This record gives sequence, C-alpha cells and structure tokens, in this order.
Amino acid sequence: MLDVSGLKVCYGQSEVIHGLDFSVPKNQTLAIMGRNGMGKTTLFKSLIGLLGASDGSIKVDNIDVTNMQSHERVENGIAYVPQGRMIFSNLTVKENIETGLEVTGQKKIPDDIYSIFPVLHEMRNRKGGNLSGGQQQQLAIARALVSNPKVLLLDEPTEGIQPSIIKDIARILNEIKAMRDITIIVSEQVLSFTMAIADRIIVIDKGNFIHEDPIENIDTQTIKKYLSV
Amino acid sequence: MGEYTLNELGSIFAMQGFAGISLFSVLLLMALGLAIIFGQMGVINMAHGEFMAVGAYVTYFLSSMTETYLPGFMPYYFLFAIVAAFFVAAIIGYFAEYALIRHLYKRPLDTLLATWGLSLIMQQCFRSIFGAREVSPTLPEWLLGSYQPTENIHIPLNGMFVLALTFFVTAGVFYLLFKSRWGLRVRATTQNRQMSGAVGINTKKVDRYTFALGCGIAGIAGAAFTTIASTGPTTGSLYIVDTFMVVVFGGAASLFGTIASAFSIAQAQSILEFFISGSMAKVYTLLVLVLILMFKPEGLFASKVRR
Repeated sequence: MLDVSGLKVCYGQSEVIHGLDFSVPKNQTLAIMGRNGMGKTTLFKSLIGLLGASDGSIKVDNIDVTNMQSHERVENGIAYVPQGRMIFSNLTVKENIETGLEVTGQKKIPDDIYSIFPVLHEMRNRKGGNLSGGQQQQLAIARALVSNPKVLLLDEPTEGIQPSIIKDIARILNEIKAMRDITIIVSEQVLSFTMAIADRIIVIDKGNFIHEDPIENIDTQTIKKYLSV
Repeated sequence: MGEYTLNELGSIFAMQGFAGISLFSVLLLMALGLAIIFGQMGVINMAHGEFMAVGAYVTYFLSSMTETYLPGFMPYYFLFAIVAAFFVAAIIGYFAEYALIRHLYKRPLDTLLATWGLSLIMQQCFRSIFGAREVSPTLPEWLLGSYQPTENIHIPLNGMFVLALTFFVTAGVFYLLFKSRWGLRVRATTQNRQMSGAVGINTKKVDRYTFALGCGIAGIAGAAFTTIASTGPTTGSLYIVDTFMVVVFGGAASLFGTIASAFSIAQAQSILEFFISGSMAKVYTLLVLVLILMFKPEGLFASKVRR
C-alpha cells in the first residue's frame, strides 16, 4: 500500500534521513521506534509533504506522491496525525472534524466516527482548545480518519497522555484496523503501546533503519536497549 | 458652541451623526476586506483603496453607459452597478494575487512594497482611462432627497441606502465566514496553514479566493462611495489610511472589533468636523487613537485565545 524507496530528507545542506526503503502492505500496522532526534518526525513530515524529499520516492497504491503538495497527498489517501496533535484550537470539535472532510466532498460527518469516538460527539460544540490532551488526540485521529485514508500516519500519539488513555487509544487503533482496510504507520517510544497495536517494528537511529522484526519475534530487551539513552 | 440652541444642537448631532454613519459604512466595507485578507494571509494590501476606486469607476462607467444607451433603465442601473463593482474588483484582485502577491507570501515587507506599487499602477490606469478630473455617476431619483423627521433634521436617502447595503454585506461576510465551507477553510488556514494542508485543504486556492473576495468587498465599498462623494484617481489612497486605522484600532483578527472601531472613528470625525475644521478633527481622532493603542496595543477586541 505504501512504498518508500531511497527516501532522503535534508534540512538545508544537512541530510537527516539517509535513503530509507520500506513498504507496508494493506491491513498492517508498522511501528517506527527510536529515541528523540533520530528522525521519526522528519520522516513523517516528509511522508505527508510538510517537508520535501531531496531524493527517493513515496508511492501510495502505486501512485507516486513524492512531488505532491500536502493536500494532494491527502486526496491520494494519506492522512496525518501530527506530533503534538495540532488541532485547530479556535474551531469547535465538529468543525475540526469537518476540515478532514474536505477531500471527500461529503458535508456531514459519518456516524461511525462518533461511534468510535463517543466523547467527541458529547463535546462536539466545544472549542478544540478546551479539550484535554487525550480528547485532543482522539480529535486529531478522527479528523484524519474522515478523509477515508488508505494510509494513516500517527506521529507519537501517546506523547503527554496519561497511561489509562494510552490504552484507550491502542484499543481505538485496533478497532479502526479491524473496521477498515487501512495501513497504519505509527512512530513511538512507548514499547507497551507498540506491542499492543503493531504487526511489525522498525527501529530508526540517526536517520537509518537499524533493526526490523515482526511482532512475533520481538525481543523486548533488544528494543529497550535501542530506545534507552 | 454657545450660539446654538439646545434644539439646534440636537439636530446637528443627529445629522452629523448620520453623515458619520455614511462614512462608517464605507470605512467598514473597506476594513472588512482588508481585515479578512490580513487575517488569512498576513498581507497588508496597500492597493486596497484602489480596489475601492475600481468599484467607484465601474459604477460611473455603467451610469454613463446607461444614460447614453438605455435612459429608461436609469432607476435600476445602480443595483446592477453594485454587483458589477463587486465582480470587476474581485476578478482584478484574483489576477493580482495570481500574478504578484502569491509569490511574496513569505516576505511581508515585500508585499507591502509590491501592493503599493500596484496601487500606483492602478492610479495611473484610472488617470489614463477616465482622466484626472473627479467624476460622479448620475444617481437614480430614488437615491436623492432626504427624509425629514423634524423641521431641522434632514437625513439623506443615499446615506440610508448605503447603511442598508453595508448591513447586508457585513451579514453576508459573517455568514460566509462562520457558516460556510469556505469560511471553515479560511478559519482553519488562518490558525495553522501547514496543518490545514495536511488535512486536505488546498490553502493556496483558499488564499486566492479570499483575496478576490476582499477586493470585491472593496469594490462594493466603491459603489457605495459614489453616492456620498465624487471619485478621482487618488480617491482610494485618501481612504486607505483611515481604513488601516480602523483595522488596527479594532484588533486585526476580530470582525466585531472592526465594526466597533469603524463606528467610533467615523462618528468622532464626522461630529468634530462640524465644530472644528476637518483636518483638526482628524488630528484629535488620531491623538485619542494613539493614546488608546498605547494602553491596548492589540486593539479594541483582540481575540482571546491561548497561544
């Protein structure tokens, strides 16, 4: 579903992602793990088009999106939940979700979104900025999900969220995977969360992939070693 | 003020107040356009006054066309002129954005210079096409005359018309901004441009249409303006300063603030103008404005959000 080959990303002259190759099939959840500053967010930003790729290609369903603007990538089936959630804090919850409907041409928010996120239905007329962190995270996921993506990108969805809500978010992501034909890519530092949702784990270090395992073969000690500072 | 009786003073305030309302209407229409453009893309459009002049000249052009070729249509042409003023100004704005302004979004000072250059170009175009003399359209009968509630008070009909027009346009802008899909796009982009792109909003297209809409509203302001004064090539630049004052004083991102500040500035000038000269009236208004802005630098109604 998502095929990335030879992807390089630079900030000015300095290259921070050094030619990554990976592909994720339909109905698989890939977790990209790594410490801070190793290039997770940079990778995600280049996948959605907030940063340009200096080399390589990104394909969704065999359509090359490498040179497209963000909104065109969304039209072609990528959806993005950024680090720090980035909801529109001055818009109501309902309006926040509606911004995600832009590429579908629909006017009304589909009912199944509210059945996945009942709390958002309750809060639909509140300003996004007045929600708690966990609720904002759900809102950011809902906003991404209404565009009917083929590939859903989540950049550190558990950052700054309390443990009980982290479990909820893991449950929600598994629910989404069961309900739709969707590829999920998540960047993470919390191993327990990753173990609960991922089918495959890749460890990124200084812009290179250094370790890859399907979830069945994971040796948690090895991964922990990679993640410890 | 000693030489006026109380009754006369009342009439003066009522009439000058109403003259102020006409000024308020034009200022508000101008400021609305300027404010939504500034809010959406942070561009300070120095040529905004010229877009108003475009609207005024379109009205004048249609008036002389109607007078020459379709005299029987005279009573109605003005309504069409308003619509035409909107579209002509909006279309010119659309192309100005496409050709010039979109290349400069990341350089705010350059947009200031570029739009100023654009304003000079447009002024010269007006001069070449319509001549340097001030022109006025022939107003339809129903816009002339005045309503006379008491012996001393004359309220001009054109002022009332302009006020009603402003009301509808303002209501329309509010509706568009807060109830329509386009408004949602604008408000999302205003808050976080990158993220708006990443949820699928074509922010460049939103920019272009917003710029066109802002210019179109200035065009309507121009059509309204023809009913209260005559139009020359530099008319726009005379009003742009007042319009900036309105936007800054009202708080750049707040529509309610824009309305309140347009009202207070227009009223202050218009009422003071009767007792002292026009330029002194402006001096006093500006002085008060500067004082208020020293204590409230964000303007009257800054929107309260967590940053």
